[in-house]
Amino acid sequence: MSEEIILDVKDLRTSFFVDDFEVKAVDGVSFKLPKGKTIGIVGESGSGKSITALSILRLLEKPGKIVGGEINFKGNDLTKASEQEIRSIRGNEISMIFQEPMTSLNPVYTVGQQIRETLKVHQGLGKEQGMEKGVELLKLVGIPSPQERIKQYPHELSGGMRQRVMIAMALACNPELLIADEPTTALDVTIQAQILELINELQEELGMSVIMITHDMGVVAETCDYVAVMYGGKVVEYADVKTIFKDPKHPYTVGLLNSIPRHDIDVDELEPIRGSVPSPKNMPNGCRFAPRCPFATDLCMEELPDLGDVSDENLVRCWIYSERWDGDPEVKEHGPKRTT
Amino acid sequence: MNAEQASSEVTQVPKVDSPLKRAMKDFYNKLKKNKTALFGGYLIIFLIVVAIVGPYLTSFNPSETDYSVKLQGPSAEHWFGTDHHGRDIFTRIIHGLGITMGIGFFSTLIGSIVGIFLGIVSGYYGGKIDSVIMRLMDILLAFPGILLALALISILGASLQNVVIAIAIFAIPTFARIVRGSTLATKNLEYIDAMRALGASDIRIIFKHIFPNILSPIIVQASLFIATAVLSASGLSFLGLGVQPPSPELGAILSDGKDFMWDAGHIALFPGLGIMVIVLAFNVFGDGLRDALDPKMKN
Amino acid sequence: MFQFIVRRLFQLIPVLLGVTILVFSLMHLSPGNPAHIIAGESAPESTVQQIEERLGLNDPIPVQYANFLKDVVTLDFGNSWRTSLPVSTELWPKFWVTFELAIYSTIFSIFLGLIAGIISAVRQYSVADVSIMLVALFGLSMPNFWLGLMLMQWFSINLGWLPPTGWGTPEQIIMPVFTLGTMGAAVIARMTRSSMLDVITQDYIRTARAKGLKEKVVIYRHALKNALIPVVTVVGLQFGGLLAGAVLTESVFAINGMGKLVVDRILARDFPVVQAAVLVMAVVFVFVNLIVDVSYKFLNKRIDLD
Repeated sequence: MSEEIILDVKDLRTSFFVDDFEVKAVDGVSFKLPKGKTIGIVGESGSGKSITALSILRLLEKPGKIVGGEINFKGNDLTKASEQEIRSIRGNEISMIFQEPMTSLNPVYTVGQQIRETLKVHQGLGKEQGMEKGVELLKLVGIPSPQERIKQYPHELSGGMRQRVMIAMALACNPELLIADEPTTALDVTIQAQILELINELQEELGMSVIMITHDMGVVAETCDYVAVMYGGKVVEYADVKTIFKDPKHPYTVGLLNSIPRHDIDVDELEPIRGSVPSPKNMPNGCRFAPRCPFATDLCMEELPDLGDVSDENLVRCWIYSERWDGDPEVKEHGPKRTT
Repeated sequence: MNAEQASSEVTQVPKVDSPLKRAMKDFYNKLKKNKTALFGGYLIIFLIVVAIVGPYLTSFNPSETDYSVKLQGPSAEHWFGTDHHGRDIFTRIIHGLGITMGIGFFSTLIGSIVGIFLGIVSGYYGGKIDSVIMRLMDILLAFPGILLALALISILGASLQNVVIAIAIFAIPTFARIVRGSTLATKNLEYIDAMRALGASDIRIIFKHIFPNILSPIIVQASLFIATAVLSASGLSFLGLGVQPPSPELGAILSDGKDFMWDAGHIALFPGLGIMVIVLAFNVFGDGLRDALDPKMKN
Repeated sequence: MFQFIVRRLFQLIPVLLGVTILVFSLMHLSPGNPAHIIAGESAPESTVQQIEERLGLNDPIPVQYANFLKDVVTLDFGNSWRTSLPVSTELWPKFWVTFELAIYSTIFSIFLGLIAGIISAVRQYSVADVSIMLVALFGLSMPNFWLGLMLMQWFSINLGWLPPTGWGTPEQIIMPVFTLGTMGAAVIARMTRSSMLDVITQDYIRTARAKGLKEKVVIYRHALKNALIPVVTVVGLQFGGLLAGAVLTESVFAINGMGKLVVDRILARDFPVVQAAVLVMAVVFVFVNLIVDVSYKFLNKRIDLD
């Protein structure tokens, strides 16, 4: 990869401290994001993907704390940045949009007031300039009659509109990196597609890099260049988007793909992943996924595999591809298959 | 099989606690987990024990006057000092504890019974009865704080019973409103509809199914209202419109103390502390209980 | 909004009528013949009859109520049985004293309660928070007449800093306002804290932080404004508590307000004055509640989803 790397996360560890007990929500996550590209961080709820996103901007709520690793943004380690430095980055160089557009805007301020606030803090724009820029931004994100909308309160807007406002607010200062934390989960399907398209377009237009946090492989297919699949606070597979869909290696990735509808082959029934995400308080000792993995052996239960090269394209954290694999050799030969 | 039989069979499933018993168990389990509520509970039990046993242990008579020791400050003999008649204030407070708490307890009990009845009728039957009852409650609520009690005392005259009645009436709308709300919420639950479809009578539904569900908010409210009732009752006594001297009701002792602020400040000090401890105990208990029963309220 | 206010005003009519009926009944339920009380124990029967005639005591009850209602609407409460002065002459100067006391105490309790509640919420579980909440719990549990007496003991009797009684000079105002406002401050502090803690976990607070705002701006501009909405309701209820509490506070500090007047006249069985005072307080309370309701509705309008 010869492109300029805008964000380089190395061995990030974030824990929550409850009653003297450390819950490792993010446990050694690493990934690189080239300029102008999109990386998808995929996983079920509880996999640590949202905490990873919040850690980058240091927006963790109280018992949560970054306990190790580096977050290098344009060469600066954000984990070591002062409170003031990180504030000047938030909403300016790195912006974030959230899952719940219904509740993510402050109900007592107008759309305009909330957009202007960002412009004032980072660019020192006054009321009139801010208003002008605000209208421009609303137009950019495809809000009709922005002159009127900008004077409205959030409760006067639909969910899709509010998410557009959130995006407009996030784009106010031309950020180099946009973190989108499940931006479409709470929206209707038709609105989802519109919002994703909007993000794609804007990314191209403005040359932003994007981190797309999602549990939805469909969203990944539509927006991402690279994918990091997370499970139990760890990255289990890391590859470019084509490889993930064409040649997934980790049984969990395969499971995720099997549980979404496909149109290229005819499948009668979707195959869900059995069981549920382990509680971070009660992590398995071995591979985090072992208790739910159809191929798991004693080795998987006892020892945690490393994230290693499996092919030129995939980094995978799974015993199947190691020399020590003691399970079915067939699986090793052909890999875990998508729905048969 | 007719509807009567069906309903009795449904409720006669063996080895299942009655809803009321289940509600009490649930209540007890939650209470155990909340330290604040437990602390308040222990304090209340302690105060009740002192109020019952204490009067037998004090070395003085609460109404025995001894002018040779009048208006003395706290000493080894008179722990809280003496008043203008030379009565031992510690003894009077121990005796008064029961009177003050008793007023709070009985006025809340009477007021809550009436309020619960009105609230259930209002919430369960709805319609015209509901609007009439709730308008009546609005009228009672239009009188702020102890004003209604004052007005009633002005008719009934000042005495222990009348204070209890006045405060009980003051309690009615608070309970009626809370019970009505909980009844409405419970009434629309599906299993209540099912009971009704099976032909259970209104009385049965109310006592067996609705009452256990609204028990928790009632207990919380009762605890908090006893605190209010104690403050109101002692306030009325303080004004000379409540329990009359020489009764050692705490507010009445305080009222005596008011006239001797310049010479003997301790007379007013101790009964006030007594009132505060009682009110504090019920407030803490009620607060803790509310947090325990309604996690949403907890921060 | 206008419709809402009009509707609420209409809803007040039955309540206000009910209040007048209740207050009217006061006199008629009370034992003893008012004419006897006015005339005095040893007055001749003819005088008593004259008075009965003058007061319309022989009219049927509904007629008497109608007359009473007419008088109330025209703010004519009759004459005192004790002083023979018109009730309004006696009442209004005292009403303003109580009103002043209640207003000052409300301002005091809002001011103190808000500051304490905000500090508590922002530093949840800190020493400051625990101490404030403990003090608030005591403030809530203290009989205010006792607090008043204790203040008087310290600041007037022991230290001689403040005058023990009266109303008017700034020195005279301090202790009564503190006495009356403490409970309200405690309630407001607790409410503000829990409301703030509730708001701080909302998504839009995270959004505000993600915008790069200073923590102070996040708390004061984004959280506080939302947190204050439920506090408004409590302030309204407190005002009612203050009116009633004024009765006790005025008694302690010998302030010649409406509260003390009520107590004095209950003891003197001067019903027209009691009636009028109770009625005035209830009506003020009802209207304060209306104002609170309307402002709550107004503030909450934007939050009400759909």
